[in-house]
Amino acid sequence: MTRRSETLLALAGAVLILVLAYAVPWLRFVLTIALAKGLAVLGILLLLRAGQVSFGHALYLALAAYTVAFGAVVVPEALLLLPAAALLAGVVGLLIGLFVVRYREIFFGMLNLALSMVFYSVLEKFYALTHGADGIRLPPVTVLGRPLAGESGEWTVLGMALVLALVCGALVRVALASPLGEALAGIKTRETRLDFMGVSPKRVLLAAYVASAVMAGLAGAIIALTTRHVTPALSYWTTSGELVFIAILGGAGSVIGPFLGAAAYELTRVYAAATFANAWQLVLGLVLLGVIVFAPGGIWGMITSRRRAA
Amino acid sequence: MTWLSENGILVGLALLDGLSYAAAVFMVAVGLNLVFGVLRVLNVAHGSLYAIGGYTAASIGLFAASLGAPPWLGLPILLAASVLVGVVFGPVIERLLLRRMQDREPVLQLLVTFALFMILEDLQKLVWGVQPVVFDAPLKWLGTVDVPFGTDVIPFTAYQLYVLPGVALATLGVLAYVLRYTLTGRMVVAVTVDREAARAMGIDAAKVTMLTFTVGAALAALGGALAAPTVSLVPGVGASTIVLSFAVVATAGLGQIEGAAVAALLIGLGRSFAVYVAPEFEVVVPYAIMVAVLLFRPQGLFGVAETRRI
Amino acid sequence: MAGTGRAGNVTRREALIGASAAAGSLMLPGGHAWAQGAKPAELKVGIATYLSGPASVFGVPGRQTAEMLFDEINAAGGIAGIKVRPIFVDEGPGVDHVVGEYRRLVQSEGVHLIFAAISSADCIACAPLADELKRPTLLWDCGTQRIFEDNRYGYAFRTQANATPEILSALLYLLKVKPDFKSIAVINQDYAWGRDSWDIFRTAMNTLKPGVKVSAELFPRFGATDFSTEITRVLALRPDVVLSTSWGGDLDALIRQASDRKLFERATFVMPLAESSLQRVGKALPAGHIVGARGDHWFLHPSPADPERLKRFSDTYKAKYNAWPIYPCFHMAQAVSAMKAGIEKAVAAKSGGWPTDAELAAAFKGLEFPSPTASVRIREDGQGLENQLIGTTLHSEKYPFPVLTDMIVFPAESVTTPVGQKSADWLKTLTPDMVANLPQAQAFKS
Repeated sequence: MTRRSETLLALAGAVLILVLAYAVPWLRFVLTIALAKGLAVLGILLLLRAGQVSFGHALYLALAAYTVAFGAVVVPEALLLLPAAALLAGVVGLLIGLFVVRYREIFFGMLNLALSMVFYSVLEKFYALTHGADGIRLPPVTVLGRPLAGESGEWTVLGMALVLALVCGALVRVALASPLGEALAGIKTRETRLDFMGVSPKRVLLAAYVASAVMAGLAGAIIALTTRHVTPALSYWTTSGELVFIAILGGAGSVIGPFLGAAAYELTRVYAAATFANAWQLVLGLVLLGVIVFAPGGIWGMITSRRRAA
Repeated sequence: MTWLSENGILVGLALLDGLSYAAAVFMVAVGLNLVFGVLRVLNVAHGSLYAIGGYTAASIGLFAASLGAPPWLGLPILLAASVLVGVVFGPVIERLLLRRMQDREPVLQLLVTFALFMILEDLQKLVWGVQPVVFDAPLKWLGTVDVPFGTDVIPFTAYQLYVLPGVALATLGVLAYVLRYTLTGRMVVAVTVDREAARAMGIDAAKVTMLTFTVGAALAALGGALAAPTVSLVPGVGASTIVLSFAVVATAGLGQIEGAAVAALLIGLGRSFAVYVAPEFEVVVPYAIMVAVLLFRPQGLFGVAETRRI
Repeated sequence: MAGTGRAGNVTRREALIGASAAAGSLMLPGGHAWAQGAKPAELKVGIATYLSGPASVFGVPGRQTAEMLFDEINAAGGIAGIKVRPIFVDEGPGVDHVVGEYRRLVQSEGVHLIFAAISSADCIACAPLADELKRPTLLWDCGTQRIFEDNRYGYAFRTQANATPEILSALLYLLKVKPDFKSIAVINQDYAWGRDSWDIFRTAMNTLKPGVKVSAELFPRFGATDFSTEITRVLALRPDVVLSTSWGGDLDALIRQASDRKLFERATFVMPLAESSLQRVGKALPAGHIVGARGDHWFLHPSPADPERLKRFSDTYKAKYNAWPIYPCFHMAQAVSAMKAGIEKAVAAKSGGWPTDAELAAAFKGLEFPSPTASVRIREDGQGLENQLIGTTLHSEKYPFPVLTDMIVFPAESVTTPVGQKSADWLKTLTPDMVANLPQAQAFKS
């Protein structure tokens, strides 16, 4: 698919989201969450390009969400909290990245999982500060001095998520087409070849890792601003698994995939939960299984193959 | 009074608890590790098989008890139930799902098992409901053992002191013997080390894979069945089990049976001592051990660095 | 098959029709299905409860009770002549799912009332939403005392007590029946409730009986299945009392493992939530230990306000679900009763006209409604005033599980933090004569 048609598709998607959010008010919240998760999955996509799967990116999601929750007490301005949270996620991502990029495949995945579980325990442990599993409610937050609340607040957060999604999507697309993207793909296929070419695979992976941490951080901040309540469950391993799940569901072939996947995931969950409150996990599992077995390219793959066939 | 004179004797008690806990952990992790060695898939559904094994054993046991079966029959029932679960679920999952996925990307294979985990989690709830289930006839029948503690005695259950470590040791022994000295075992090892080469030598890799997966499933079920007399089976028990066994497997080195035993021992003893020394860090112990081990041995305790393919 | 709910009886065709109908209604633009002040054709109630995960041991009995009582109400002609319909949502996936579901219930399903939730985190997140979306919301089971001590809400009300009276009455009972204990160990689940409840217990204990030695504070992982290390440690330390506010599978496992290893012979256990585990653990739990029920919930309550009502409730539940009702069943019954009383009060205030959301919400303030065992009053801050029952286990031949004896029913006002005060401060002002003035204990009558 050409860059132009992909851009058009992304813009059409953005319009569709706005229309849906207008027509079905309760979907505003679901779509905001989906966009946020899509942002985090963009980062997962970068790592997937290198053949690495992180089962611990919920760590950055939760870190940023808690940064917003605690930060809002001091500075209740969303436009400051958002970059601050992303920055902190990036810095922690750099520190952890220096350690984990030395590992590959299952060890990479498990180390990330272990670290996010440690963070989960920390959130539960420092209960006097974090209220443990009860979580923290965000104090009132402002945007440019105006309170972020009510319907206008919902639209504002949705707008921020949408802008971030478009910007990050564009950036990741550029990055993937650049030498960095080639090098990432090189890690997956023949890592030693990179060494021969004088490119340090660790440094390449580190760059991708930090970028993914920042995007997960943005996602966490958006989630905090929209649910206005953060709990340690954000950093539990199943949240990380969910992100990987979404990446595959959407398809790793394009930067639009993560958002398609996130929207499909959230909507499937909501509809499944509404229809079979008892067995929504089963429905979700079946959907994922169906996608993997019958459409390994994910939803994105389905769209492109149909276009090619037509 | 120094800490040691006050607590020194407690260390001995911690050792006993640590051993029985390590045995329980080993039973879950060893199957996972075995399966990973041959199939190169980290089977997330292993946790579900653990839960189903526990539930099946409890159901059969309670049914037998209601027919007036003697309590000693409980122990063979635990074993029989695990074999049953392994034989029913193992071949079905391997043939219908994993075999189709064999040549796909590792992350897809992993997600297939994740989807399966979600499905089984709900199915298990539909079959056994949400009320905690327990089958403690074998434990009651074996009674308790008084362990001297200074002038005092501390009662331990014989089940915990003898049966759990006994079965774990027997499992370790049998597996080690089979893998080392029998033809089938050597074929399994050959496929673990190099699937293509094993095929080239005329080994029926498909058959070996099926066999290994079935044994792995039965071992997961056995882990659950052995837990049924002491723990209460509830929804979600599979999820918490699986993260722990992931940590064991990564610490051990993938595919390493003896490694799984040592890692389980480290984690079991570590957790047990933590309850005495620093109870607030008990939850983090498995992850801390894993991170520490991987820091110094990037391939796990017993893992061998794979030769890089150029 | 506990837990399958009604899904087991639905044919595939019905399920398909149901699914497409639900999907259709989901796509409808949201908004107020309930035109303000107009009488609805059907009263829809959103109920957040655990249908998956470990807490479904409470969530599913809660759901079953709701189904039973909604059927009863409809059989009797509905509330103010209107049939009621429950719509269940699962708390299992976590707070952001529940918040999304809350919005969907209000904006898409157009529910008139919401019962939320079991998890304290979900309640803390939903109470402000109730005000924002202006939908009367009954907090039906969550325990945290923070909700109405830290904030005030116009649309959220709690139809039961909170952690403070639930834990304080267990301590008072202990001080009454075992006044000379010198040491205590705690084994609580490692999450907010386990920590919070220990904080309440310790603060009150240090006020009422300073100088008790805390031998060990153990917080095993939430969902832990093996407590042998904790039990060994407590066996060795020999404290006089062991406190555990654990619940569900964790508590079952703890009780069984402690019983197998004779820990119950060495220490008196105080278990403020164990009423919900009694029928499952059976006589593995010996006689002589202190058990609570997060309220005055006990199917053999010694002095119910309306014995017929309690008997009918317990017997119907038992006949239908093959178990005696446990505390979440009682909590759900209270929410249903509050809903009925609240709507009837609001309708009467409008002399038969249908109330707006705001008028309905206002009706809950100060509302007094009957519970299966007594009655509950909702205070002006939204907090429910509910009596507390604590008793000691006893083995009776009539039941295959321990029953309670020497039961003390604590009047709600005496153990609840007064309006406008914080529990942490109020507990420090307690005086020992509180223990002296406790009501008479009532024995088990076979």
